[in-house]
Amino acid sequence: MWRWLHPYAKPEATYRLNKKLLPWFAWPGVVLLAVGLVWGLVFAPADYQQGDSYRIIFIHVPSAMWAMGFYVGMAVAALIAVVWQIRTAEWALMAIAPVGAVLTFISLFTGAIWGHPMWGTWWIWDARLTSQLILLFLYLGVMALYVAFEDQRTGAKAAGILAMVGVINIPIIHYSVYWWNTLHQGSTITQMVTRLEAPTMPAEMLWPLLVNLFGFLGVCAALVIMRLNNEILRREVRRPWAIAILKGGQ
Amino acid sequence: MARVSNTTLLLQLIRRDLRVALRQRSEFLNPIIFLLVVITLFPLAVGPAADTLARIAPGVIWVSALLSAMLGLERMFRDDFRDGALEHMLLLPCPVELAVLGKVIVHWLLTALPLLLISPLLALLLSLPMQALPILIVTLLLGTPVLSAVGAIGVALTVSLNRGGALLSLLLLPLLIPLLIFATAALEAATYNLSAAGPLAMMAAFLVLALGLSPLAVKAALQVSVN
Repeated sequence: MWRWLHPYAKPEATYRLNKKLLPWFAWPGVVLLAVGLVWGLVFAPADYQQGDSYRIIFIHVPSAMWAMGFYVGMAVAALIAVVWQIRTAEWALMAIAPVGAVLTFISLFTGAIWGHPMWGTWWIWDARLTSQLILLFLYLGVMALYVAFEDQRTGAKAAGILAMVGVINIPIIHYSVYWWNTLHQGSTITQMVTRLEAPTMPAEMLWPLLVNLFGFLGVCAALVIMRLNNEILRREVRRPWAIAILKGGQ
Repeated sequence: MARVSNTTLLLQLIRRDLRVALRQRSEFLNPIIFLLVVITLFPLAVGPAADTLARIAPGVIWVSALLSAMLGLERMFRDDFRDGALEHMLLLPCPVELAVLGKVIVHWLLTALPLLLISPLLALLLSLPMQALPILIVTLLLGTPVLSAVGAIGVALTVSLNRGGALLSLLLLPLLIPLLIFATAALEAATYNLSAAGPLAMMAAFLVLALGLSPLAVKAALQVSVN
């Protein structure tokens, strides 16, 4: 693990890896998202019960899923930063946090818009809504802790510890809230997987959803990579290699 | 130098912290008074009808306990950080986790014990049914050590900041939500004469988890803060 990781402790190596990875996330992400959105919002059949308003699922579900996924990613970066003391992992952690927070916000926002016509209310204290809201608070806590320190290195380390504590807590919070109250419909995709013989979602709706899922991942990962590269350049701005890149306009 | 056993060291740490705390009594009594004042505000705000109060009592007591804990937490490491004793604690010839556990125990003795003592008064003020009082005491017994242990993580992370107060609540309260859910669930069950064993078992699980894992996180956080 260390042998595999340690070249990327050097910011320049991470920068170059990121430059190579970026197109592999950005372009498929943009294309998949465009295809998935047009497919889902225009061509997928309307739901027999919810009509056209169900179409927001194509934004709601991917953002909700990756909101949780990026938090785990953030905690993994934090673990790498703590165990191997790699600075770039600390920067990666802080590059992920705002993207994840925005995803969480999008999922809450689209959920409210969807909830209004379907449940007749913008917000209810349902388990999945509540645990998503708490996830937003956890993201905000990590970001607030980071900016509270004058020394950014200390701030990133502290935020990393908080992210790891949070990731242990997320399942506990999730299941306690679930136990507390639930009204939200079950997860369509996991039902799809577990009940293959009688799927709950027809294929012509599921496919655009899956396309969007990977589109969201690609675009958000690209955003994280770009944020991380900006951060690397900002920190290393006095180093010869960074000056060469900045002057070369790459 | 004679080797001191870990238990002796732990007891010495606890004795020292208790002695320091007893010399500045108002520090740990203020949160309890704050709690009483908050509890007094609720009947004034929602009306003194006994059945309304009894219905909201579990939530009010536990939310107030959480908020007052946020006020008292900061002193767990703050003074030691300022006068340098914290660095010595990290250098003690015993596992840092043990010293952290000592801090958590002292904090619990100073904040949760008074709370336990006045809990019958709180139940009375909010007309909580009498059969729920033992359950209230059990939830406090199981829940307050979790508060101290998880709270220690937050304090350790923010101790080097001058303006840590509001931040501390932002970091900790989301993490303590499961505690709130199960404590109030147990109390509500007891109010309706149902068995509260399920939620109480969950709280006991939280207690074990928090006491076992939080010293590790506190240690890491203190090393970042003291650095």
